[in-house]
Order: sequence, then C-alpha cells, then structure tokens
Amino acid sequence: MNGQKEPMPSSDSPPPALRQHLLVYLSVYLLWLLLAERIDGQELLAGALAALVVTIASAPYAGLFSALRLTPAAPLHLLRYLGYFFAALIRANLDVARRVLSPTLPIRPALVEVQTRLVSPLGRMLLANSITLTPGTLSVDIDDDRILVHWIDCPPGADLETATQRIAAGFERHILGFLE
Amino acid sequence: MRLAGDIFLLIGALFCLLATIGLLRMPDTYNRIQAGTKAGTLGALSLLLGVALIQPEWWAKLLTIAGFILFTSPVGSSTIARAIHLVGIRPWRNPPIEAPEEEK
Repeated sequence: MNGQKEPMPSSDSPPPALRQHLLVYLSVYLLWLLLAERIDGQELLAGALAALVVTIASAPYAGLFSALRLTPAAPLHLLRYLGYFFAALIRANLDVARRVLSPTLPIRPALVEVQTRLVSPLGRMLLANSITLTPGTLSVDIDDDRILVHWIDCPPGADLETATQRIAAGFERHILGFLE
Repeated sequence: MRLAGDIFLLIGALFCLLATIGLLRMPDTYNRIQAGTKAGTLGALSLLLGVALIQPEWWAKLLTIAGFILFTSPVGSSTIARAIHLVGIRPWRNPPIEAPEEEK
C-alpha cells in the first residue's frame, strides 16, 4: 500500500476509516482524563469504556476527520496556527475595545465575501470560526467556497480579492498545513 | 503568582465590561455580536488564565473549558448572524457622507 506518507510509527498502518475512529477514541479518552478528578485505575477503566461508547455513537460523523493530514509536519503547522490565532485574537479584542470606547464610534460595517481554498467541511468550519473570533469580522453564511463576512471596518470599495487577502489568507495558509 | 492571577482576573473583568458597553453602543445586531464575542471571548479566557495562576492544580479542567468556549462561542455568533441574515435584516451602514457605494 502507499506506505510513503504514513507518519505514524505503527507497525501496520490501519485503513483510513479505522484511523479516524481511533483518532476520535483517543481524543475523547484524553478529554475524559483531563476532566477526571485524579488518574487511577478506576478512572482509566471508566474512561476507556465511555470513550468507546462515544466513538460508536458518533461513528457516522467520523468522516469529518478524514480531512486531517497526518504528516510529521502537521503538529508544527497546528502550533503555528494556534500562535497566529491567539495573536489575531488579542489584536481583535484591542481593536474592538478601541472602537467601543471611542466617542465617535468609528465603524464602517459592510457585508463582504471571501473565498477559501479549503475543501473539507472541517477546514471550512475552522476558518469560519477563526474569522468570527478575530479582527472585527464575523462569519455570517457559507456557500461552497465563499464565506459571507460582516466586516466592522470595511474600506470603501473592497472587493472579493482584497477582502480575502485581509481576512482569510493568513488563517488559510496555516490551516492548509494540517487540513485539506 | 497570586498577583499575576489577580491582574489577569482584573483584565478579564475589564473585557467583559467592554463587551457590555459594546452591546449598548453598537447600532445593529451584527455589530453587537461583534462586540459581544470579541470582548467576551478574551474576557472569559483571561478570567480562566487568572484562575489557573491562582489554582494551578485546576489547569486540566480550565484548559478544557477554554477549548469549549473557543469552539462554541463563534458557532453561536455565526448562527445568530446567519439567522438574521436569512430573515433579511441588512447591516447598518454609515450615513452616506463619503465614498459613494453601490446600492444594495
């Protein structure tokens, strides 16, 4: 099989579907352990069972995770994305705070469209969420590869190209590292 | 540690206050959502960070809470925005003093 892109050190690479379920299982298990009072045998066992139930119950939706690129560089891209995201989040908050406090309320709101190169539902959701959380932009609707964005400070005459560059391009570059 | 925690709690409270002021001052729903999510998110995260500094043994739960806020808050905002957009509410525009813009 195509063994050249399998990054996991597992002896035999499981088929994609199984790998997704495994990913769901491990994420849920990790969540359980994070919420557990303390890590002991009882919690480990209960968590293993609960994670199994959740994995089975959510099996029809596990396809969402097929967009994940499990390459060695993916965690690095994820970290870079998180760093970029938090920087943008803080900038967004200071920017909106300034507008809210300014006596003249300096806003130029408008609806603009941005275009994305991400094809997976998960990637688009992540991009739309990132847009909502950052500088004066709010995802309103999504239609195929166009995201409708409410922009609090839209320069006059902004078109698809400039809006895409200003709003989405930065996130997209980082998300593309670990999602399709 | 205690002092740093208090400072972050204070910053968090401040951003929640800013979110409230934004809610009151903004001209329409879209802009109110903007003010609410932006300031509210950083406010909540800063509060969580403050608690984490004061009670370091709670880090795992606080991290989980932060994760859930970061995932659910924008989804909620976008859902409200999409709903009012589909109903046909147009965003508030500046009074046309400058920059002629095309008709909607």
